[in-house]
Amino acid sequence: MSPLLIKNGRVVDPASNYDRNADVLVENGRIAAIGPHLSSMAADILDATGLIVAPGFLDLHVHLREPGQEHAETIETGSRAAAAGGFTSICAMPNTSPVNDSATVTSYIVDRARKFGVANVFPIGAITKGSQGVELAAIGSMKNAGAVAISDDGAPVMSARVMRRAMEFARSFDLPVIDHCEDLTLSAGGDMHEGLHSTRLGLRGIPSASEDVMVARDIMLAQTTGARFHVAHLSTRGALRMVADAKKQGLPVTCEVTPHHLSLCDSELAGYDSNFKMKPPLRSKRDVAALIEGVASGIVDAIATDHAPHPGSEKMQEFEKCPFGIIGLETALGVVLEKLYHPGKIGLMRLVELFTAGPARVLHLDRGRLAVGSPADLTLFDLETEWTYDVNRSYSKSKNSPFHGKTFRGGPVATVVSGQVVWRRE
Amino acid sequence: MPQGLLGIEELDRAEIEAILARAKDFQPIQHQSFKKLDTLKGKLIVNLFFEASTRTRTSFEIAAKRLGADSVSITASGSSVSKGESLVDTVNTLAAMRPDAIVMRHAASGAPHSLARHLAIPIINAGDGTHEHPTQALLDARTILDQRPKLEGLRVAIIGDIAHSRVARSNVHLLSKFGVDIVLCGPASLLPQELARIAPGVTLTNDIRGAIRNADVIMMLRVQLERQHEAAFPAGEYFQFYGLRLEHLALAKPDAIVMHPGPINRGRELASEVADFQRSVILNQVENGVAVRMAVLERIVGQNVAAAH
Repeated sequence: MSPLLIKNGRVVDPASNYDRNADVLVENGRIAAIGPHLSSMAADILDATGLIVAPGFLDLHVHLREPGQEHAETIETGSRAAAAGGFTSICAMPNTSPVNDSATVTSYIVDRARKFGVANVFPIGAITKGSQGVELAAIGSMKNAGAVAISDDGAPVMSARVMRRAMEFARSFDLPVIDHCEDLTLSAGGDMHEGLHSTRLGLRGIPSASEDVMVARDIMLAQTTGARFHVAHLSTRGALRMVADAKKQGLPVTCEVTPHHLSLCDSELAGYDSNFKMKPPLRSKRDVAALIEGVASGIVDAIATDHAPHPGSEKMQEFEKCPFGIIGLETALGVVLEKLYHPGKIGLMRLVELFTAGPARVLHLDRGRLAVGSPADLTLFDLETEWTYDVNRSYSKSKNSPFHGKTFRGGPVATVVSGQVVWRRE
Repeated sequence: MPQGLLGIEELDRAEIEAILARAKDFQPIQHQSFKKLDTLKGKLIVNLFFEASTRTRTSFEIAAKRLGADSVSITASGSSVSKGESLVDTVNTLAAMRPDAIVMRHAASGAPHSLARHLAIPIINAGDGTHEHPTQALLDARTILDQRPKLEGLRVAIIGDIAHSRVARSNVHLLSKFGVDIVLCGPASLLPQELARIAPGVTLTNDIRGAIRNADVIMMLRVQLERQHEAAFPAGEYFQFYGLRLEHLALAKPDAIVMHPGPINRGRELASEVADFQRSVILNQVENGVAVRMAVLERIVGQNVAAAH
């Protein structure tokens, strides 16, 4: 593999607080040098004039549907979509079929990713067997096989006792516990956020309290056990306040927010379009405003997409029958630029941190930074070029996006994984 | 109303007034011995009912026939839906037979709205889940206007399972557009606080006496046992606190009328004597259903046909 020289970009690395025009030289899949006026006789040149050169983006929350639901997505198609969104690393949630609750499934995913993955794939193991919420999964063995966290995403652990045991065990393996915080008895039957719009549309509501009570429970349990607790796709202002308080107390609590929860609210459901149906649901305008503030003020650790592919036939039913979830890898950066960067809510360094050093810290993972010797995962993006998202040209197998036809200002330009350019904007 | 009728919320006042006026023209026809017009002669209307209904379906069928249209009724149990065909495919199949309108009832809120996006044929919503039931609100308004010169300034109490009621939502939107003072009343678990912001002029109460006091119209709703997925109030307490009894009527205006969209549950939301009360207009509502649906069908299907009278 020939060396790669990325010339004349604006290199931004939050982990080292670096922001200047420089070149990046990549050799043998690792970063060999960062600095002005680098040269290499043998290297391929990637001209990054006018572009931001950032550490490779890391997405903590992706559903790749393999094994078992390959009609919706595969490791190959999902990781291609990731690369097209500027992500060099993605974490695969365990709600596959079978559930990733054993070293066997974890190893299978790692193996398939090595063969077919375009981006790095880090599996997340289940908390409980089959994500049934009863018996703990093989947490230690999954870690040894490559799991970077545990979660029963989509089928949250309802028993506080089981969650306590999981946290105790995870702590001893230095694994974070990622919880999809939803009290299923409060959200049961709900299709959208409970509020004025659900009342008007005659759709059953998912109250904010269903998320808040579980965030509260898990913070208490993190305090009891000392485990690292990460809130998946945080969506309410109440949950955000509790995370802020927990951080103030010095508890090992972190959270992620999705691009859609930062940009869309429950009024979007007026047309009963299932591309706006997800869990947690799109919340109220006040929640969206609070989340944007939370990102700006530093409470939020990471942007994560919750990329959740569902084939068209499943999304073309009566609204209440449609599954929850939308794809999001290819639009994440565009949305965050539009809602946070261009309006001046956050600066460039913070923007990059939310996609790199922030999520890497959640996992204690040696990714998301630019340092000589570290893996050469890089994301090149620009801040100004307008482009329009056409979901029919998505790399994902599924087309369930609320952002189809939307024009963004700035987005991914090239994605480098282990020193290789795996995607470039046409 | 070029594209069917999905709900009252998106209609403006002038459109509602036009339908109600036209329905009044159709009222005398119901009493003639020869009841058939030829306004919609040669038109085909499909009634597609995915949820049990006797009065609404029959009312639409009769309305279509009295306008001279052909109508076909399909119920879910007898259709390909029970063979696993999806809603979109079922409706596309019917659409290929070129009806001039599809009248649709469905248990899922928004079902006609998502179909309308894919379909060139007008859809008339005959009730979608817990969302809207526009022709019911129109026939209720017609019935009130048969008893009162205008809607403005009236006080209307709607009592019962508001949360699950499409009748309540459509009525609230309609009455609000005419400046009616609307009081919604029911047990707290069936009366979400957000209802107070759904339209102007709406207030909420959990006290049936307060709701009825000085009311011109008392609209009772059916307790929708099939839509309650859990116990929303203590068993046996519904009638005690929210059932309408004769003694309550003394609190209302002396000429207040009692309405109910049917089917009524005597002894559950309504004492039997109230159902038979002289100022109960429940059967007038049913009768007006045909006239109002004739007006709606004529407006939607007969756009290119000169008015019959």
